[in-house]
Amino acid sequence: MASCARHPFSAPFMAFLLLLVFLMTPAQAGETIILQSTTSTQNSGLLDWLLPKFTEKTGIRVKVVAVGTGQALKNAARGDGDVVLVHARKAEEAFMQAGHGTLRRDVMHNDFVIVCPKDDPAGIAGSRNAAAALARIARTKTRFVSRGDDSGTHKKELALWKKAGIDPRPESGTWYLEAGRGMGATLNMAAAMGACTLTDRGTWISHKNRGDLRIVVEGDPALFNPYGVMLVNPKRHPHVKEQAARAFIDWLTGPEGQKLIAAYRMNGQQLFFPAHPGGTQ
Amino acid sequence: MNGNGIAQSFSDALLLLARLDADVLEIVLLSLKVSLTSVGIAAIIGLPAAAALALWHFRGRTVMLVVISALMGLPPVLLGLVVYLLLSRSGPLGVLGLLYTPTAMIIAQTLLVLPIIIALAQRIIASMWEEYAELMRSLQVRGWQLVGTMLFEARFALMTVILAAFGRAIAEVGAVMIVGGNINHATRVMTTAIALETSRGNLALAVALGCVLLMLALAVNAAVFLLGRLSGERQGAVA
Repeated sequence: MASCARHPFSAPFMAFLLLLVFLMTPAQAGETIILQSTTSTQNSGLLDWLLPKFTEKTGIRVKVVAVGTGQALKNAARGDGDVVLVHARKAEEAFMQAGHGTLRRDVMHNDFVIVCPKDDPAGIAGSRNAAAALARIARTKTRFVSRGDDSGTHKKELALWKKAGIDPRPESGTWYLEAGRGMGATLNMAAAMGACTLTDRGTWISHKNRGDLRIVVEGDPALFNPYGVMLVNPKRHPHVKEQAARAFIDWLTGPEGQKLIAAYRMNGQQLFFPAHPGGTQ
Repeated sequence: MNGNGIAQSFSDALLLLARLDADVLEIVLLSLKVSLTSVGIAAIIGLPAAAALALWHFRGRTVMLVVISALMGLPPVLLGLVVYLLLSRSGPLGVLGLLYTPTAMIIAQTLLVLPIIIALAQRIIASMWEEYAELMRSLQVRGWQLVGTMLFEARFALMTVILAAFGRAIAEVGAVMIVGGNINHATRVMTTAIALETSRGNLALAVALGCVLLMLALAVNAAVFLLGRLSGERQGAVA
């Protein structure tokens, strides 16, 4: 781009170079799809690990717009993307039912954990019941930072509060704090103010600025966190690159993508578990 | 982060620069390209507009000036949202397919700095006019020739306006985040990279990138300052 401007090659040489590039690249090369995705898949480094391998194989480049699940779905519904990779099963089903997507597949899962400062102010360390733990956080008025951004994690948190039979929103601004920000930024806030929060394990393991936070609640089946991939409806948005997008979805949910997801490690830990470990779809 | 962390970040920043890390270089170049292009376009539109507003009196002029001044305080994130809605595939300009491209970022930043350039330049030229009015009238300089002459006479003061606009553009994160999407190797600039590294908890790397951004701003300002001084000296020699 800018480097081209600084090296003024002669015209014949440039033409030769162009010809060379043209001859060398496979048919689909130069094709680019936009992936509307969540912050957790980007912040955990998973996409940086997967996408170059997909591009190497197919020549299709994937541009990632990493926002919360809610925003990703809204952007995709407006046609601003070819593929969506999010984690909020109910919202995904609503997206499909509204006709915004034409294909949906399970990709992988990890789980959510509740993290609190080391001194465990709510006294919930070791609990395996997330809803009960949240109820205790509310009762002890322990500070809790909520994503508050309509993301997949936020939706999960609200579902857990509902399960606990508590509506924390009237307490917003006292012990219940709605950050309205991504997972990493929310963890930064919780670490800085010594508060509890709900996080996906992937972001937690890869996050470097943890302060004295640690995992206090994990292993509740209610904390299961499945990710799904969807194709944006090409009938509604004719510019959607259906073939390239389908190729990406097939690769991601096929043997190669699934194997790579299982192989991804951060600090020696596996962050995501493929939905189709055998590679079947 | 403690003091040690900040010191570490500064040395990291120097290392990043010294190594000319390819990714960092790409981000720096895109930042410069987007912000310089935006300021350039905004100057080409804004400076003549500012001179016209300063020199000519027409109906609605005062209202325009007040509105343009108010727009200097436009939140970048709001502007970004408006440009997003315009360029979105479902928006009126969606067919152009510009969303999530550097062009979209340039459009947003141009609109962001245009009011700054017009409002500040208008004030400079208006105050200079008090001094030049009689001379220009006696020389019978009128119309667009007058606009050109006054812009030339005010060029050193206007350079400061351009630098203020550049500062606003290069430091802005809200608009480019929304219309650019912070896509790696496509639309990632210094500020969105800093926001991303902060959200990843890489505070040291975020501060290091911030230092690079500061050095960049420093270099651009120093270059303009030197150019101004050089051309000033040459002019002095001619006179």
